[in-house]
Order: sequence, then C-alpha cells, then structure tokens
Amino acid sequence: MSIKVIKPGLATSVQDKGREGYYHLGIPPSGAMDQYAMTLANLLLKNDENAAVLECALLGPELLFQQDAMVAICGARMVPKIDGQIMPLDTVLDIKAGQTLRFNYPTSGARAYLAVAGGIDVPMALGSRSTYTLGSLGGHEGRRLIAGDELPIGQPNAHCQVGQSLPEEFITNIGKETILRIIPGMYIHRLTDDAVERFYEDSWTVGSEADRIGYRFKDGRPMDFIPRKPPFGAGSDPSNIVDACYPIGSIQIPAGKEPIVLHRDAVSGGGYATIGTVISTDMDLIGQMQPNYKAQFKPISMAEALTARKLKQEKLQRVRERLKHS
Amino acid sequence: MLSQPIRYTFGGDEQLFAEISDEMSLDAFFKSLSMVEAIKKQAMEGILDVCLANASFQIRFNPDVIHPDDLLIKVKAIESLTRHQQSQCLETRIVEIPVLYNDPWTHETLMRFRDRHQDPNATDLEYAARINGLQDTQAFIDAHSGSPWFVSMVGFVSGLPFMFQMVEQEKQLEVPKYLSPRTDTPKQTLGHGGCFGCIYSVRGAGGYQMFGVTPSPIYDPLQSLSYFKDSMVFFRTGDIVQFKPLARDEYDHILEQVEAGDYAPKTRPFSFNLEDYQADPEGYKKTIMEVLYVD
Repeated sequence: MSIKVIKPGLATSVQDKGREGYYHLGIPPSGAMDQYAMTLANLLLKNDENAAVLECALLGPELLFQQDAMVAICGARMVPKIDGQIMPLDTVLDIKAGQTLRFNYPTSGARAYLAVAGGIDVPMALGSRSTYTLGSLGGHEGRRLIAGDELPIGQPNAHCQVGQSLPEEFITNIGKETILRIIPGMYIHRLTDDAVERFYEDSWTVGSEADRIGYRFKDGRPMDFIPRKPPFGAGSDPSNIVDACYPIGSIQIPAGKEPIVLHRDAVSGGGYATIGTVISTDMDLIGQMQPNYKAQFKPISMAEALTARKLKQEKLQRVRERLKHS
Repeated sequence: MLSQPIRYTFGGDEQLFAEISDEMSLDAFFKSLSMVEAIKKQAMEGILDVCLANASFQIRFNPDVIHPDDLLIKVKAIESLTRHQQSQCLETRIVEIPVLYNDPWTHETLMRFRDRHQDPNATDLEYAARINGLQDTQAFIDAHSGSPWFVSMVGFVSGLPFMFQMVEQEKQLEVPKYLSPRTDTPKQTLGHGGCFGCIYSVRGAGGYQMFGVTPSPIYDPLQSLSYFKDSMVFFRTGDIVQFKPLARDEYDHILEQVEAGDYAPKTRPFSFNLEDYQADPEGYKKTIMEVLYVD
C-alpha cells in the first residue's frame, strides 16, 4: 500500500532535515529548503520531526492514495484539493484509499511541504532520506518523482488527529520582497568598497536559474573586484580564486555580475570568490522565493545571527507546546 | 614551509572558513591537511564536517553546541601547535586512471558550447595545446599523461577529484575555464581549469576544458562495483593519480568489464614524502612509476 504519483509536478522530491558529515566528499546536506515549514507539517501529524516529506516546488504533483492516510501541507500557499474539493493548508487532512490529491498554483511562496502521518518510508542513504539529485542519492531512487512512482508510508502516530490545525501566528507570511541577512566575509575584501555598497543598496530579482543547488539573482548593478595579479592556480578572471570550499548559503558573484546564493544541494566548492553567507535562519526564506521575487541583502554581525537563530528555535518550541496540549 | 598565519572568516553562523594561502602549492595543501587532521583528531563536539580544499579548509558546525568564538579559539590553538610539526609524510595510494583522450562524447559536447569558449574555432585540446606552447594535441596529451597528479580536493559534486600536477610550477599545464559554464558535461570527463585537473564524477554543469573521458567509474551511489564496497566515493585527498592513454578498443574493453561488474582500477599503497618530492620531482616521478608498474 502506498501513494501513487499520477503527475509529478515541476520538481517534487522526498526530503527530511538532511544529512551531515559528507560535504567533504562533495555530498551536500540536502533536506527541505524551508526547514521550518517541513517541521510544522510533521509536528501537526505528531510525526518524528525528521520524518521524510514531499517538497513540492511551484507546480504541485497529482497523487493517488492507495491506502487511507492523514496528511498536512505547510509552506507555500498552494491550496490542496482532495477529489476536487478545496481543503485547508496547515491542517491535518483525512484521505481515503482511492482519493486523489492535487494542488493549485501557489498564491505566495515557492515550495509546499506535504507530510504524511508515518512519514514517506523510502530507504535511508548516508543517514537521511533526502534526495540529492546531482549525486543520484537518497529519496526515491535518487531522483525527483516521476509519473508511476509508488511511495510507501510508515506507521502513523496513534495520537494524530484529523482537523488539528496550526495557529495563525506560527504561519510565515511570505511576501514578494524579502530581506536576506548575511554575515559578510570570506573573500569580500576582493570587492571594491563601492561594489560592496551597491550590493547592499540594490534590489535583486530572482532569475530563472533558481533551484535546490542555488539561486541566481539579477537586475543589480555590476560589481568591480580590486585589480590584482592572479595568484598561482586561481585563474585569470578577477572573481576567480584557487578552488575552495563553499559554505551553505554563501554568495558568489562570477565576473562581478549576478550573485548566486548556494542552497542545501550546494556544490561544495569551486573557483569563484564568495563574499558572505546568508544566515541559517534566512535560508528558509530563499526556499519560498519564486522567480521574479525580490531580495535585498543586509549585513549583520555573528551575535545578531545567533539571536535570530535562537528566536526561530523558541518559536518552534512554542509550536511544539501548543500542539502537544491541543 | 609556509609561515604566514591562517586567515579565518566565518561563512554564516554554521561554517568557519580558513585560507592557508591565496596561491596553490603543495606546501599550502600539506599545511591545510595537517590542520584538518589535527582538528578531526580532537573530535570536538558540535563539529559536523571538516572539508579540505586545495589551499584552504572549512569546518561545518552547529553553533547551538559550540559557540563560533570558542571554535575559533580552539582552531587557532591547534594552528599554533601544528606550526612546528607540520606533517610532510602521507600514507596514500597511487591510482592508474585509464583515459580515452579526444573521445567522441566530450567532442560532441564541446561543439555544442563553442559560443561559451575563448576560441570557438578550435577544440578544447587544440586550444589548450596552443596556449601552453605545445606543438600539437598529441604533445599536450603526452604532457598531461606524462606525470602524476596529486588529489588536493574532493568536492564540487559528489566525489569529484581536483588534481594538482606533480611537476615544477613552470611546467604545469594551465588553461582558463570556459567564458561561461556549460550546462552539460558527460559523466567521467577529464577536465582542466586554472592549474587543476579534474574528473567529473556525474553528468552536469561545468566550466573546465574537456580533454577526454575515463571508463572507470569514480562515484557509485549503489556501490555495485567491488572497489566501492567501503565508500560510494572512490577518491580521497592525497591520492596520486597516473593517467594512462587508451586506444578506442581498450576503452571499449574496460567498459565491458565495468558492465560485467568485474573491474577495478589499478591501485598501489604508497608513502608520499613532500621533502623528497620537492628535492627531486623528476626522480620522484620514476619512483611512483616503479611502485605502480613494477611488481
């Protein structure tokens, strides 16, 4: 018994919190791009918080349930329909064997997280069920879903209740303009002061190359690197460095033109100067950006980043407590 | 030996990045290697991963477990301890990688992306031969396969080795990356960018010049071939690679062996000594060949 994929949608993959410890081999963490939304969906169902879910990007899948199940959908505002009937987001829904789940286009956000009570039960690969498409690893056969796939699901928690919903205050309001906080550093000394100033001033638009590996931004002014004699092995472009590690969330600006922010399926290293890194807390926001959404980058200190991280964790803790007592 | 202090910078709230040198050299690599080994040995709580790159390294950590400032203090303490006892020796392997240079698949791919190349009227091999002052593509292939390479980083995508040519700096082959990266590269393509060689472990985007293809898988998530039994990633930093040019029928033969699940690249254990190598790179090359080919 399982869920059968009728239409896969644009880019639907199995994800959990991701895997750690293999980035030194070029295998990135992967996992849900919006970790907060994924966790909410699991909490609603009283799943393990790390249970595997389906990450559904922009155009959702069409799924035939071959067994009774309970599901919850959080993240992008992609209204679910069961056998054509509109259902609420952020709520435990009951689906009977033989019913079909579809999604409307997102009215805001880019990725909906569909959790199933009991979790998507694909095999673990290197400690995680997350799909890493480039490396054909994890998830369902190491790739995005395609029509005809059948996904097994685990045993639901007996305390899971149909109709349970998430209080409004915990739902992220996704706007078309976002501020992404960064810690400047890495190779930012390679940029001129003017370029750094422009980078923060300009409003950057998400381009068409925006996926789990990274987001490319456009429409800002080009940035100059400080001229220099290329160090041995770096390559001749002023934005080149001797190939080095890329942090998750790091920002590179090939040829000083379009910044790229690496996300959870990041390439682990390369030869472009990175100039700072989006803080872990704001990585979820990127996962909800559609092409043509806009971002501004705001420099903050490590202390501020750690405070933001703590606030997010406290918020999640309040969700846990609220759902436990309701 | 490099005496300048390491440059530290945080990559957001979850990574500490350390640059040994902005220039590539085996000295910089060995200093980075010593640091990475020493950090791993301390098994600090909160460290998720330590990634070694050519002349730098990066620590992924959980700031809920270890405060970034504390991590930096500990790493700096390790730096001052290892300053005078940097390892010069490395227990490693020599690996023979068979290559079909100038193969039809990378040729087809490079022809599709001529508009992104410095010299649209030449192939990547012809261009690389010309700008390195070599007579023709055969001379380039001879130079490329005529000396061993040192794996100084594994990454970009799963299991991709970056390799540093083991010859004097002035003899190292250097080529720029494509003007704009390709959206496609065949699996197991031999690439080159800056002073680094690489083998693309999977099909995908890439900006390195393409010279050939190896029939030898280097990444196997299903771990079906015997030499992936312990890890789905074949290469480790510190491996020494010797390329072996193949004729087409030899290439096809190895492919058949791979498909039959009956193939493993030739590997030999080896103790690499940086001082010995730097004292006499040419002589050291012979030692490596003997270890690989004389039983």
